[in-house]
Amino acid sequence: MTGSVLIALAVFGACAVEMVEALTIVLASGLTRGWRSALEGAGVAVICLAVVVIAFGPALIHYVPINVLRTVVGSLLLVLGLQWLRKALLRASGHKAKHDEDAIYQREVERLSGIPRSGSGRDSIGFAISFKGVLLEGMEVVMIVLTLGLSSGHLLVASLAALAAVVVVGAVGVAVSRQLREVPENAMKLGVGLMLVSFGSFWGGEGVGVHWPGADLSLLGLLAGYGALSWVAVWILGRNKAASAVAEAG
Amino acid sequence: MIRWPMAFGRFCYDFVVGDTPELAIGVVLVIVGSWALTRAIGPGGFWLLPVGVAALLAASLWRGVSSSPS
Repeated sequence: MTGSVLIALAVFGACAVEMVEALTIVLASGLTRGWRSALEGAGVAVICLAVVVIAFGPALIHYVPINVLRTVVGSLLLVLGLQWLRKALLRASGHKAKHDEDAIYQREVERLSGIPRSGSGRDSIGFAISFKGVLLEGMEVVMIVLTLGLSSGHLLVASLAALAAVVVVGAVGVAVSRQLREVPENAMKLGVGLMLVSFGSFWGGEGVGVHWPGADLSLLGLLAGYGALSWVAVWILGRNKAASAVAEAG
Repeated sequence: MIRWPMAFGRFCYDFVVGDTPELAIGVVLVIVGSWALTRAIGPGGFWLLPVGVAALLAASLWRGVSSSPS
């Protein structure tokens, strides 16, 4: 039960973060090149991503031994999770600029407005920009859905959580339109990164024969441990950044 | 014909390794080390994985801070 709730939360959070980034591109494409092309491009990309999950999910479960699957999946989750966590911690401590959706939106609008339209029908550039944006951002979500869903045996839970995030962020995004910067993207990225690293450690370890004390409950211990480490890291890196700013001013 | 697989390979490399090769290499070393320790001493070898991951994150953060403009 704890595992499936954590999986749903991790997939929902990861999908929501990527969806915000994809939505920025779709909104820019829709407003400058026309909504029909932008929505068609996004829709086709979502169908392609769903096909990847349906094609690879059941096949991997049936043909790959569970310990091999867990080792590979755990390692992938660890790499992905550590990349997310590293980026979020550097941003939280001021060592890296925060992701500015408004700036990206403005840049995309300016770029797309300068390209002349081909005719009155479907705009191929609007379609392609929207399709590519959703497909690339969504591929990371597909990877997370497949890896978390397959290792835990909760592929359906993971897929439904991703779908829920698409619906919720899509609806909110359309409602608030261009205020995507209000979304606490870095905090979400940090939370999801912590969950991915915890799941990755757990399954990667189980795959190579590690026996975790407390079995599934050790996931909570891993989450707490990595959370504490991240808090200390933000504190130390923040002090380090402040000290170097003072030294430069002086 | 050869361009599509090459583009896909590049996409996979960027996706997994990207600008943090230390994380990809380090994760493989930590997983292999955990396998070896668990085989050698049994259930007591679980600690290497979280400790290794924590060390990896700290090292990667240190690299990120060193390379970022102050």
